[in-house]
Parts: sequence; C-alpha cells; structure tokens
Amino acid sequence: MALFGKLRSGLTKTRTGILGRIKEAVTGKKTLDEETLDAIEEILITSDIGVETVMELLERLRKRARIKGEDETAEIQDIMRQELKSVLSDQVERSASDEKSFFNPGVTPFVIMVVGVNGTGKTTTIGKLAHRFRKEGKSVIIAAGDTFRAGASEQLNIWAERSGSDFVRHQAGADPGAVVFDALNAAVARRKDVLIVDTAGRLHTKVNLMEELKKIRRVMTKLIPEAPHETLLVLDATTGQNSIRQAEQFRDIVGLTGIVLTKLDGTAKGGVVLTILKELGIPVKFIGLGEGIEDLAAFDLNTFIDALFSENNQT
Amino acid sequence: MFEDLTRKLDHVLKKIKGQGKLSEKNIADSLREVRKVLLEADVNYKVAKEFVKSVQEKSLGQAVLKSITPGQQIVKIIYDELTRLMGQSTASLRFANIPPTIFMATGLQGSGKTTFVGKLALYLRGQKHSPLMVAADIYRPAAIDQLKTIGKQLNIPVFSEDGKNPIQICWDSIQQARQNGNDVVIFDTAGRLHIDENMMKELSEIKEKTKPHNIFFVADGMTGQDAVKAATEFNNWLAYDGVVLTKMDGDARGGAALSIKAVTGKPIMFVGMGEKFNTLEQFHPDRMASRILGMGDVISLVEKAQIAVSEEESRRMEEAIRKKRLTFDDFLQQLRQIKKMGPLEQIIGMIPGLGASPLGKANVDEKALVKVEAIIQSMTREERRNPRLLNGNRKRRIARGSGTTVQDVNRLISQFNQMQKLMKRFSKGGKRSMRGVLGGNYPF
Repeated sequence: MALFGKLRSGLTKTRTGILGRIKEAVTGKKTLDEETLDAIEEILITSDIGVETVMELLERLRKRARIKGEDETAEIQDIMRQELKSVLSDQVERSASDEKSFFNPGVTPFVIMVVGVNGTGKTTTIGKLAHRFRKEGKSVIIAAGDTFRAGASEQLNIWAERSGSDFVRHQAGADPGAVVFDALNAAVARRKDVLIVDTAGRLHTKVNLMEELKKIRRVMTKLIPEAPHETLLVLDATTGQNSIRQAEQFRDIVGLTGIVLTKLDGTAKGGVVLTILKELGIPVKFIGLGEGIEDLAAFDLNTFIDALFSENNQT
Repeated sequence: MFEDLTRKLDHVLKKIKGQGKLSEKNIADSLREVRKVLLEADVNYKVAKEFVKSVQEKSLGQAVLKSITPGQQIVKIIYDELTRLMGQSTASLRFANIPPTIFMATGLQGSGKTTFVGKLALYLRGQKHSPLMVAADIYRPAAIDQLKTIGKQLNIPVFSEDGKNPIQICWDSIQQARQNGNDVVIFDTAGRLHIDENMMKELSEIKEKTKPHNIFFVADGMTGQDAVKAATEFNNWLAYDGVVLTKMDGDARGGAALSIKAVTGKPIMFVGMGEKFNTLEQFHPDRMASRILGMGDVISLVEKAQIAVSEEESRRMEEAIRKKRLTFDDFLQQLRQIKKMGPLEQIIGMIPGLGASPLGKANVDEKALVKVEAIIQSMTREERRNPRLLNGNRKRRIARGSGTTVQDVNRLISQFNQMQKLMKRFSKGGKRSMRGVLGGNYPF
C-alpha cells in the first residue's frame, strides 16, 4: 500500500494543479462566457496539454455552452471529464495496462529495450522495473547498452546490485550492439526470465544515433526473432510539447510498445499524457514518482482523468 | 534549434510581410496565430499573452499602418520584442579579484548539470584559466564517477571526498584550489526538485558558506510550462546569476528560453548545443531573436569561421581564387574547415533564409561529407589537380576505392564544377577577400 500512497501524493499535485485552478476560475460564474473559457484555456495550456487538444476541447465546451445556456459552471468538472474522455475515447480501453501480465509475460527471456532522450530517467526506471520483476520472483539480467555517457554503466551497476539482478557490461565506448548480443546470450545460457536493455540517451533528431538504435534491434532479432518484446520510451513529465516529437520519432524508428512517464512527483502537470494518447495512441504503461526503487506505478487512463478532475480525494 | 518555431513563425509572418495595407483585424488575426505558435513552442502562457499584447499595441500605432511596408514593420516590432524578452545584451561572467573564482551549477534532475560543468571547465580553460571541477552530487548513483570520467577525458582535475556532505566538499575544494593554483572552481551539485525543501536548503547553505561568484540554473531546453515554476523557485532560494539552457541541439522548442528570462529577470548565459564538450555557446539575445525569425545569424557564423580557419589557410584559399584555379585539394580543405566549425545543422541555422527553409529542417547527414572526403582521397594527386583527367575508368576506380558509386563521384564532380564557376565570378569581382568558407556549394 506504500506504493499506492506514493501514487496518490504524486497525482495530488497534478490534480490540485488543474482542478483547483479550474474551480477557482469558474467560481461565481453562471455561464461559460469567453472570459471563463480563456481562463480554462490558460489552465489547460499551462498543464502542458497539447495546444491542439486544448483548442478542440474548448471548441466542444463552447458548443455545449451555446446549447445549454446556463448554469454549466456547476457541472464544469463533469463536462470536462466527459469531453476529455470522448476526445480520448479510442485510447481509454487500449491504455488500460495490465500490470500483472506485464510482470508475468510467460516468455523467457522476456526482452525489454528502454530508449529516450538524455536525462529523462532511463537508468533509474530500469532499476525500478528490475526490482518489480524480482519481487514477482523473476530472475533479471540488465545490459549496459549506454556505453557513451561517462559513468552510465557504474550507475546502472548500482541499480543492478540493489535489485539483485545480473549485469552485463563492456568497457566505455564499446559497441552497444555487442553488449546486447552478449547479454542476450547470457540471458539464454543462464536461463534468466527477463533481460532489460539500457540504451544511451539520444536526441530524437540525431540521425546517426537513431540508426544505432535500429542496429541494436537488429542484433536482438538475430538471436530471438520476437525481441524486444517491449520497447519502452522514457519521457520526462516536465518536458513540454516536444514530448510529442520525441514519441513520434522513436516510434517511427524503433517502434514503441509503451511509454514510461517519469518525474511526475515534481510537476503539477502530466497533461502531456493526454496529448500523446490522443495524437499518437501509444499507451502509457508506467509512471515514475520518485527516486526510490519502489517509486514506479502502473498507469490507468480512467483513474488518471478522474484524478485530474475529481473533487474529493476519494482515491 | 528553434527550427520549428522559426518555420511556423515564418509561415505566419509571410502572410503579413507582403501586405501593402494592414487592418487592425489583419494584425489581430496574425497575432493570434503568433500566440498559438509560441504556445506550441512551450513559451509560458502568460509570457506569450503579454508578448502578443505588447506587439499589438505597438503595431497599432499610426506609424506602422501608414508606412509603405507595414508587414515589415511588424516583423521588426516582433524582432525587437523577442530581443527584449530574452534580455537586451549578452551577459558576462563575474571573476573574483582574488582567485579562485567560484562557479556553481544547480538544477533539476537530468537537466544536464554534470555535462555542463565539463563544458564550462573546457570553455574556461580555453580562456587560459585553470579549472577544478568539484563532485558535490553525493546522491545519484555514480554521479561522482561520471564527473571523474569527464575530468579524465578533458584532462581537468576533479575534487571529491568520501563521507563528507556537499557543503563540506565544496568548502574543502576551495582550499585545494588555492594550494594547487586553480583559479576557477566549478561545483557540480545534485539534481533536485524545486519543491524539495531540504535539498534546496542544502544549496543555499553551500551558497552561504562558499559565496560563489556565478551561480547557474541549468534548465533542459525542452521543458514545458513548468520551466518557469522551477526557475522561479530556484531563484527564490538562491538568487542565481544566470541561466544555462541545455539540449538545444534538438528540434522544436525554445519556449523555455523565451520565458525564463521574462519571468525571473535573470539572463540566459550559455546554451548547450550537443553531447560533445566543445558545444557550449554564449547566448546572444539579439542573434537568437534573428535566428528565431529566420533571419539567420551571420555574426556567429563569421565568428565560428574565424576560429576554425587559420589566417594562413584563408590566404592560401584566396591565392587559389585569384589564380582562378581550384583543385580538389582546395575543395577538401574547405570541407574540413566547415567541419571544424561545428555540426552542420547548427551552421545552416545561422545562414540567413535557410533556417526556415526545407534545408534548415532537413536532417543533415554528416556522413555525406565523409563520403566526399573518401572520394577525394581516392583520387591520385594528378587527378586532384586536374579534374579533367577523370574519365569513366578513373571514376570507376575512385568509386571502388572510396566505397561509393560512380554516381556519387559524378555528383561530386558536378558540384566541384559549379564551385569552380562561382570562384571565377568571385575573382572577377576583384580584391574582395573571401574567407573561403562562405561561398562554397556543398553537398547538403
């Protein structure tokens, strides 16, 4: 239950951020006039919800205001929730991530590749994931595919030790493809349940570095045709509209099965999730809520939207 | 950087630029578009709003509407406002009368502090200082190792201590700097959330104890609307001297750059433009504004060229031009000069008119240059001097030797010929000196 408390306190920030301010904006107002809509727009934009999504949302609100005429502000949160859900309707089902089956995949070795731009928290996320698998009784091996950044493999090694996972590394500057090759072989030979592959942070605009990711994938496919079974993009929740670009590029080049949204403990945001779901349809699987090894939670869109707009702390 | 912002603004502004007459409604519509573009670039909501308001007020003045080129006038107003928003003048570093001068890097997790510390140390060493880097991040696993590795790479000393708290470590490092004759000390502090009071208190204690001359807030250039909040919180605790924007070599943003200065009043001092340690740039608000508006940044370009190209090299190039004879050796030399100036994408962004063009957006393939180099190096000395020798047989040999195709070789030769023509035009122009780097026609 400790985890749940974390999730709640993390989300509370997101929630009071949007909810509190919307409430404030509509207090004393009877109708959704332009001024109120402007205020709502500000709140949504400053939550890093994508500009397009916000415009669409406001358009819907405007229409409703015209039809209903009066007293909408009382149910404004209700309306917002409905509208958001209908904007995201296709995604609600898809994004219901099944935590249990993620950690009990039934394939060995289950290969996860973790990608993302610099400084989003890939290494920390891998530590947390490994820990969760270990708690499910799985044996884990971690591959230090970031051979570029100074100190990266030392950092990962510490997480491997904390989580009780095996660790495969080469020296600095080595070919990450070779590291992955060795790690896969080791995973098979040692009959490990799970292999998690770290990769160096790279800006999604760097052609050469993105090509390198493709190569790492190819190396995996040679040994295990279905690998990687999961390719997770780690996104920093404090990143703004650029997250969309990142998700798009990584999806097009390596294919993504899901997103891990990190640093949600520090930001009053998280609106970016909605944009990514709406515009790209990539499910958010986990959220990171701190620097501790336990600070990882499964993501559920329904709960997330409800939490964003609900009035009481009923969760 | 800023390509996306530039392209979109360019699109909006094109509509008004050419207009002979502008109505208030024209302007209002365009500015609404401008506002949307700014928001999409993560410019803070309030900042964007005020920006648009102030441009609007100035645009509605009689002078603009009555001028012959009202569109141009508005672009000028936007440029001025952008510059104002990012700070009028280039900020400079403070140095201590009695060394060592103390620098301190602070910021959120993953913003790129440690890399910045390495870059700053290298930058200062380039200005004949003797820096000492200090590993004061005792929390993140292997953070100290990371700084030590960077120190080894750059051959710059790193100070660290086991079992001490960051305040003590910073204090002790100053004593060591005095002993070892380092005139610059740079603290690498741990990343922390602005809402974490204990951790923020630690920073202000370091500040109290060591009195740094320059405190930086290092911010990820891709940060969204929250950028302003973190920047403000850090400023409340530390009253830092300047902001460093990192990861500015990617795409689509720059909003943080526009907002942080506006809200905190603290100047942006450096921009991180890549993973290599020589990619730290001083921030020039006026140049940045012109880059954002797609007007290019010729001053920075020329400065880069001056650093990369030695006097002698450029004299030799002028010689070649005057003789109206360009050889592949000259071509190769130019290519290398350009490469020395830094990543191509960055250079293209500085050329007027290219920032917002498809070229500015294109992913420049640095490999194409490698190819060209390989082709030229596969030519004999005779062929390089006299390209007319290149017949089918020779081309095939060169293609094989360089691992390219005959088409690649042909393409290079035709580019070379174009350049030859250009050169002739230049030499006809007479004495005008050409630094050799600005007139080339390169395969990108």
